[in-house]
Amino acid sequence: MELYQKTIHEINDLLDKKEVTVTEVTQAVVNRINTVEKSTDAYLSLQTEAALEAAKALDDELSGRAKRTPLEGIPYGLKDNMCTKGILTTCASKMLYNFNPPYNAEVYDRLIEDGGILLGKTNMDEFAMGSSTENSAYKKTRNPWDLNKVPGGSSGGSAVAVAADTAFYTLGSDTGGSIRQPASFCGVVGMKPTYGLVSRYGLVAFASSLDQIGPFTKDVEDCALVLNVIVGHDAKDSTSLNLEKIDYTQNLKQGVKGLKIGVAKEFFGEGLQPEVRKSLEDAIAIYKTLGAEIVDVSFQHLDYALSAYYMISSAEASSNLARYDGIRYGFRAEEYNDLVDLYKKTRSQGFGDEVKRRIMLGTYALSSGYYDAYYKKAMQVRTIIKADFDQVFGGCDVLLTPTAPTTAFGIGEKTSNPLEMYLTDIYTVPVNIAGIPGISVPCGLDNNGMPIGMQLLGPILSEETLLKAAWAFENESGLTNLKAPLGTEV
Amino acid sequence: MEYEIVIGMEIHIELGTKTKIFCSCPTEFGQDENTHTCPVCLGMPGVLPVLNEKVVEYATRAGLALNCEIAHFSKMDRKNYFYPDLPKAYQTSQFDLPICTGGDVEIEVDGVKKDIGITRIHIEEDAGKLLHESADGTLLDVNRCGVPLIEIVTEPDLRSAEEARAFAEKVRNILEYTGVSDCKMEQGSMRFDVNLSIREKGSEVLGTRTEMKNLNSFRALIRAVQYESKRQIIEIKKGHTIIQETRKWDDTKGTSSSLRSKEEAHDYRYFPEPDLVPIVLEPEYIEKIKSELPELPEAKKQRYIDEYKLPEYDAGVLTTTGVTARFFEESVVLYNEPKQISNWMMVEIPPLLKEKELSMENITITPAQLVELLKLVKNNEISGNTGKEVLKEMFNTGKNPGDIVKEKGLAQMSDTGELEAIIEEIVSANPKSVEDIGAGNEKAYGFLTGQVMKATKGKANAQVANELIRTVVARHLA
Repeated sequence: MELYQKTIHEINDLLDKKEVTVTEVTQAVVNRINTVEKSTDAYLSLQTEAALEAAKALDDELSGRAKRTPLEGIPYGLKDNMCTKGILTTCASKMLYNFNPPYNAEVYDRLIEDGGILLGKTNMDEFAMGSSTENSAYKKTRNPWDLNKVPGGSSGGSAVAVAADTAFYTLGSDTGGSIRQPASFCGVVGMKPTYGLVSRYGLVAFASSLDQIGPFTKDVEDCALVLNVIVGHDAKDSTSLNLEKIDYTQNLKQGVKGLKIGVAKEFFGEGLQPEVRKSLEDAIAIYKTLGAEIVDVSFQHLDYALSAYYMISSAEASSNLARYDGIRYGFRAEEYNDLVDLYKKTRSQGFGDEVKRRIMLGTYALSSGYYDAYYKKAMQVRTIIKADFDQVFGGCDVLLTPTAPTTAFGIGEKTSNPLEMYLTDIYTVPVNIAGIPGISVPCGLDNNGMPIGMQLLGPILSEETLLKAAWAFENESGLTNLKAPLGTEV
Repeated sequence: MEYEIVIGMEIHIELGTKTKIFCSCPTEFGQDENTHTCPVCLGMPGVLPVLNEKVVEYATRAGLALNCEIAHFSKMDRKNYFYPDLPKAYQTSQFDLPICTGGDVEIEVDGVKKDIGITRIHIEEDAGKLLHESADGTLLDVNRCGVPLIEIVTEPDLRSAEEARAFAEKVRNILEYTGVSDCKMEQGSMRFDVNLSIREKGSEVLGTRTEMKNLNSFRALIRAVQYESKRQIIEIKKGHTIIQETRKWDDTKGTSSSLRSKEEAHDYRYFPEPDLVPIVLEPEYIEKIKSELPELPEAKKQRYIDEYKLPEYDAGVLTTTGVTARFFEESVVLYNEPKQISNWMMVEIPPLLKEKELSMENITITPAQLVELLKLVKNNEISGNTGKEVLKEMFNTGKNPGDIVKEKGLAQMSDTGELEAIIEEIVSANPKSVEDIGAGNEKAYGFLTGQVMKATKGKANAQVANELIRTVVARHLA
């Protein structure tokens, strides 16, 4: 196995034994980027030279030091909606084509502190709105398992970088499935932690009450390692939870004996690809052999989750994106007559179609006379969905569902039908509405060789249980650190 | 037909916290443009607000001082609109669950007392400032963005410009006392919006109202109310209907004009601010702030009457502002002559402040200096008139009264020997006066006293001088 193909914990072993240097590791992944990035287009901007310099400096420092932290010297990528001081942060939008933040996102600061080596900023749907990364204003990212297919979205670039071994791990953001769905499409592990667990400071907001940062990794153990670093209270984020730190690797390999795993028919409804269903049934069988107890659970109101999600997320987005007015930073239309014209032209030219669609939808939902029927009702649904999950988790420890109804679809296949695109998030959005954690792990391939994702959900702050359940499955099934056929082609 | 003016007010007060409402930028007024900013108050992508605890404390204090109920649960909301002085394109404010509700303030106009209801007080952030006078077009100063405000909303209980003014003054007085704001109108720390309508006297139904925004002085408030009420009455008399609209007051011209109609009014699309958590106040927290409230103007005034035996008028004047009351109280502690201090503070100090364009806030003499002066007068070391001159000199130079008296040789002549010699000389030189007195004309004493004062340049102690004149004259007549 090539160096760049390895997991973080495998690289950690080599680094700790001084069998490789950080420079060798970084050079390996930079070479890999040079080879395959032109096919996958996972990155919007690259920092490979700075990464190699940082690697060299770290090697010098590490030579005089026995201990290193688990992410020290490991090259990674960040979704381009996380602010990086002095490095363009565009949100894949023309609106922020030149935006160089004078501050860092809290997660980036934590990774700097921990000695992480940033390779670049990854492609995404514009302002994280989309499910295929096709809404990027700059480029189409391709699924390494089939370059004609989408990687999912909105964190498509982050998923692809891990799947194509052009980063050992990446961070994405998940508002309605934007980590889990692309992880599922690209055959990698992706986790959305409990709302409030990872600081949102410096994450360019899409829908503030739903956004959450999380990792993409090659296996479950790596996911725990990354989580260990990015989780933690941040006084700059009022919604950040102030809890004692836990080590997510501690109980990772304890097994699932006696664990109650719930299966709800509401997650296996119409539109579910047969191979996805089959693959999940196989997963359930594996859990049974591992000693987990499978229980039937059911939801009352899950049908309303998707509609409520699009109301709430669009309403918040319409307000969050109002600041992009061309006055202080970012794009400004070249010609305009007066102030209102400046606003109109800047926003008309600076935003893409999907972003405009959501801004209009959200503005409408909050408008006087419509507020009660849309926004308020959606918030009421949110309360009901939360109660639904509470009731379900009264009967099980973990809920097992498909991550998405299908495997990755073709580029351009759904771009003309927004509603069909929205439906790809049907199994992921209820999780954000309820604020609970969810993880997607690979659980098989469909007839075309495209990865299938299994989603494990748990109550608030059940990350440790989810990781344990995911690791047990991965370990038993051998579906770990999957390699897309890309590597052999190029 | 007789008309009645119905007025409700919204008062914006900048809170005197050291830092802004959602970031740690200083709130200091009058600094260079765009020097007190950071990514948070500039509303840059990805930044998040953190509510300044002091803002909650000050708003609670203000609410308690204005007799409001303090909400145990309130929340922040977003008020969405586009304007270049609002970097986030929404103002973080409070919509349906404000921190304070249901207060009242007693005002007095022409001897009539009246309670004005306060509907609510909410917390919000100030916007920046557009500078239109630049040759390069309009410029933006964002120093004021995120300065914490409270907005006080009244019931439509006010009936005249005088009542509006009395209410505004009372609110300023109370808030300045509680230390939540300096309420400096010239710096925009206190601004008024007026909702005004006209109805037939006796009617219970409210007329259509107009709103006038951003009145920045008591003078503007009074003139705007007078102008707008007159305008509405004329419209009604002409048989026109009043249009519900927002009007802009032009303080230079003394007129108002339509800014936008009800149809053009903004739809602010309020919704709960997802970046902040609700404000939950425990009863103990509210009780603690209540127990720490300073003595408010009404109570202070009563105490001055009871404790210092001051007339109601004096007590009222001395408690008009917190700084005046503090100056008085510090003086009384040093020198237990409340009425003498009151007289000098009410009569002698104000014209000097006016002359120097000062106020009690930046007065150049200290209570200790005033007390030293009053003791000199009380002990007859200088006359009252000399005292006034010394006070003026204190304002001019900042010197202590004792030093001024010494330097200028203003001490009264009470040495009977020295004074008697002078009087002997004057009496001898004015035999006519002695004769007149002998004939029973007491007025001649006055002439002699005047001559003595002239000769001593006013330094003679009047009482001592008078006694000596009588003794010397009696000797001459004998």
